[in-house]
Amino acid sequence: MTTASLNRAFALLLWRDLLLAFRRRTELLNPLLFFVLVTTLFPLGIGADPALLRQIAPGIIWVAALLAAMLSLDSVFRSDFEDGSLEQFLLSAQPLSVLVLAKVIVHWLITGLPLLIVAPLLGLLLNLPGESIATLMLTLLLGTPVLSLVGAIGVALTVGLRRGGMILSLLVLPLYIPVLIFAADAVQSAGAGLSISAHLSLLAALLMLSVSLSPLATAAALKISLG
Amino acid sequence: MSAVPAARGLEARSLGCMRNDRSLFEALSFRLAPGQALLLEGRNGSGKTSLLRILCGLRRPDDGALHWDGEDVFRLGPEYHAQIAYVGHRDGVKHDLTAGENLKVARGLGRPNPALSLEQALDQVELWDHEDVPARNLSAGQQRRLALARLLVTRAKLWILDEPFTSLDSHGIGIVESLFAQHVADGGMLAVTSHHAVSWNDTDIIRINLSP
Repeated sequence: MTTASLNRAFALLLWRDLLLAFRRRTELLNPLLFFVLVTTLFPLGIGADPALLRQIAPGIIWVAALLAAMLSLDSVFRSDFEDGSLEQFLLSAQPLSVLVLAKVIVHWLITGLPLLIVAPLLGLLLNLPGESIATLMLTLLLGTPVLSLVGAIGVALTVGLRRGGMILSLLVLPLYIPVLIFAADAVQSAGAGLSISAHLSLLAALLMLSVSLSPLATAAALKISLG
Repeated sequence: MSAVPAARGLEARSLGCMRNDRSLFEALSFRLAPGQALLLEGRNGSGKTSLLRILCGLRRPDDGALHWDGEDVFRLGPEYHAQIAYVGHRDGVKHDLTAGENLKVARGLGRPNPALSLEQALDQVELWDHEDVPARNLSAGQQRRLALARLLVTRAKLWILDEPFTSLDSHGIGIVESLFAQHVADGGMLAVTSHHAVSWNDTDIIRINLSP
């Protein structure tokens, strides 16, 4: 199989999934709305003490982002599984892992990227200082793709089950915890004026690891699920 | 390399398949050569779909081996997939894409057939001027024909079809049967399950009944 046809198939799948997302754009708002609502409810629930909000803001924003990412995970393969498109991907002349990577990239673009865009506003709302907001953006940029990539493995394993939602959470959430710890701590440390290069390096390492390994694991999991 | 030249086409060697601890079929052997069609018959639940999924390489047989041009199908992987086209129960038609977009994706995932444009493929299944119609707005029979048009846009040699005539009217069945006959006459191969009595007179058909 030539590289040119591989690139074409990759681009074709990016185009297809973006087009499908655009045609169902009302569904796209769900994770974003969830993210914004959860974050804005916290000041209402615990009182508007600026110092307290500032202290818990990184944790709130990251937990909300993590749950929003998890809510949207099922959509990566669900509709393709139900209408038989997924079988066609498995029977494609191209390696499945490359097609999977295209699908996960689109999933991040439509669910992860919007979180990244509204995060500074939510940071302001929770009284985060400027340098913390910059760090928050950076951690979301490095961390949310990991959520999509790792989540895809879990979805691939559970897509054949009728009620896989519960198992999916149990499978994926433990794998999300390292991202949550390093990212929230980085934002905290930036607010306290401490160095965050170690945190960012670790997040970047997690990203590299999941970009290189997750498509292979996801492809293998899909083959098991549909076999 | 063995001294005997490898057989062209698909060869099943004593395939066996289990489902819920029950044997669906065992020791099933056949050879499908270019220009031949395989017709699977049997009652509901007799394992026709399972066998087709094994022939596609979607599912591994519990016993036996499957060879394409003398090489193991599961070792060939995508190389084998480039040779086949599969239309299953769930026909893989995306409702939110137009007919043309559906075919474009199908063509890009396989080995594109340069001899036939997407429009010509749609014409062959009599979906004239439906290229820009969302698949959602097609009738069930039209969606089925769109799924079958996918067979034409790649250079697949082996067509694997699970109940291809479902929801087609007699005219639609006629169109599809003539496509099949043409494909086999051109040296292609066909593996089909169907309740419908297939009426090919001059086609070399291998019949396998899974529920004797």
